[in-house]
Amino acid sequence: MKITREEVEHVARLARLALTEEEKDTLTGQMDAILAYVDKLNELNTDGVVATSHAVPMENAFREDVVRPSIGIDNALANAPARVESFFRVPKVIE
Amino acid sequence: MELFELTIHELHERLKKREISSVEVTKDCLDRIAATEPQVNAYITVTRDAALSAAETADKRLAAGDADILTGIPVALKDIFLTKGIRSTCGSKILADFIPPYDATSWLRLKERGAVLVGKLNQDEFAMGSSNETSVFGPTRNPWNTDCIPGGSSGGSAAAVAARSAAATLGTDTGGSIRQPASHCGCVGLKPTYGRVSRYGVIAYASSLDQVGPLTRDVTDCAIMLGAVAGYDPLDSTSVDRPVPDYRAGLTGDVSGLKIGLPKEYYIEGLDPDVKRSLDAAIETYRGLGAEFVEISLPHTDYAVAAYYLIATAEASSNLARYEGVRFGHRTAEAGGLMEMMSKSRDEGFGQEVKRRIMLGTYALSSGYYDAYYLKAQKVRTLIMQDFLKAFETVDTILTPVAPTPAFKVGEKTSDPLQMYLSDIFTIPVNLAGTCGISVPAGLSGDGLPVGLQLIGKPFGEETILRAAHAFEQATTWHQRKAAL
Repeated sequence: MKITREEVEHVARLARLALTEEEKDTLTGQMDAILAYVDKLNELNTDGVVATSHAVPMENAFREDVVRPSIGIDNALANAPARVESFFRVPKVIE
Repeated sequence: MELFELTIHELHERLKKREISSVEVTKDCLDRIAATEPQVNAYITVTRDAALSAAETADKRLAAGDADILTGIPVALKDIFLTKGIRSTCGSKILADFIPPYDATSWLRLKERGAVLVGKLNQDEFAMGSSNETSVFGPTRNPWNTDCIPGGSSGGSAAAVAARSAAATLGTDTGGSIRQPASHCGCVGLKPTYGRVSRYGVIAYASSLDQVGPLTRDVTDCAIMLGAVAGYDPLDSTSVDRPVPDYRAGLTGDVSGLKIGLPKEYYIEGLDPDVKRSLDAAIETYRGLGAEFVEISLPHTDYAVAAYYLIATAEASSNLARYEGVRFGHRTAEAGGLMEMMSKSRDEGFGQEVKRRIMLGTYALSSGYYDAYYLKAQKVRTLIMQDFLKAFETVDTILTPVAPTPAFKVGEKTSDPLQMYLSDIFTIPVNLAGTCGISVPAGLSGDGLPVGLQLIGKPFGEETILRAAHAFEQATTWHQRKAAL
């Protein structure tokens, strides 16, 4: 086994996914099969190979620090599931 | 001929001469959408009133004589593009009611030229899929055979072009999501070089791989659409500041002396006979046009799918962290603490494929596994890029299949994610290498389903692959074949 049900539960907590018991079962089997497949990468010797994180060679992209209009509070809040005045409303954070 | 059958350049000739109006063209397109949607389901949202109003504005521009080639042309966008004031769902329940406050740059560029938006197109949820079956708005059907998938994830974008329910569309391609549906639906689809087109306002899936591109009826339209959306955008720091060539002017029809590479790793035993037959015929066509063939090797091809499904899922797990039920998107009705609210909102809002990829990506990035999975995959990515750079020292373009088979049946691969992932085996390496590729109609299977060929270009070599694709199109009639719908 490449991955256990307990590891799936741990990863789900990290990913903030409240998976159902059935989802955990299904994902354990599917992730196990996929991880067994990607193991083929270990056939390749990559000692001394530089990792590629970006396909096009690029320096930092700087721009002038100039003031531009922003979308404004009402636009920013227009899609909020819940709001109070000019704030996003969330459940109690600190018990 | 019906108006909805016409390409962008054909419509433009008539619009310019005032033989037809954009309002007529747009109404005809909306009628075509109404007639084909019950069978195809290519659209998530049809923007009828806004389209007719934009068409009236376009007609004024045409009358005033300051029209662009796209003025008055009905186009549609994958629902991954943000459209100000128009719902943009990305095929997901979590964004089912999301109304963006701004436009994607690529859409803005079309809009400024006077293109008319007729609607937002169906797609795999968050562009994760190869069949358009992961959309929460139901699967899109292939207009050539509605028992079959249109491909994905830009399946709605390809199906609308094939059903002639939009003159042209935009899609996105992270591992083949423009080219594979274009091949399955018999249209032209181009994935530009990473950095060629701005991604500002395009909902992110895997940021080191995602790229915007057009799906069209023919190569000329593809050149027109690419020219309209390409170019540097200060709002996307990964867009590259280099001049945009006149792609249409580059369609000379001349491929004599063009060196075309045939990678032995793509012409494998067990390649579908319909796909093989189409490619063999295409090679003969190109020989007749004076192109030269060179056998090449891309030795790390077999590792591309594995590397992709670690890199793409890792980036997705990070990009999709923003859907937490606080600022926008679905929030669970079952309140509780903040953590519970976020975890339940995400579980309810995401579909199975999206959750699977978030889980894989989170695992690949998690403590103790980062080096073994994510870093290893990035190193293999380097080897795959080097394969292409080496090949392009001797050839101008590379000719390959797009997909291993023609379109498969709806439901055929949904229970086996790995089989679904392997259907992108010929398109994924191009995204990992960050270069460009185009799919062009090149045949029909025994069952009457389209088969495309792929031409892969050097980084920023879009002109060469468009020219080669156009020459092939001029020498064949596949692009004139239409879905019987």
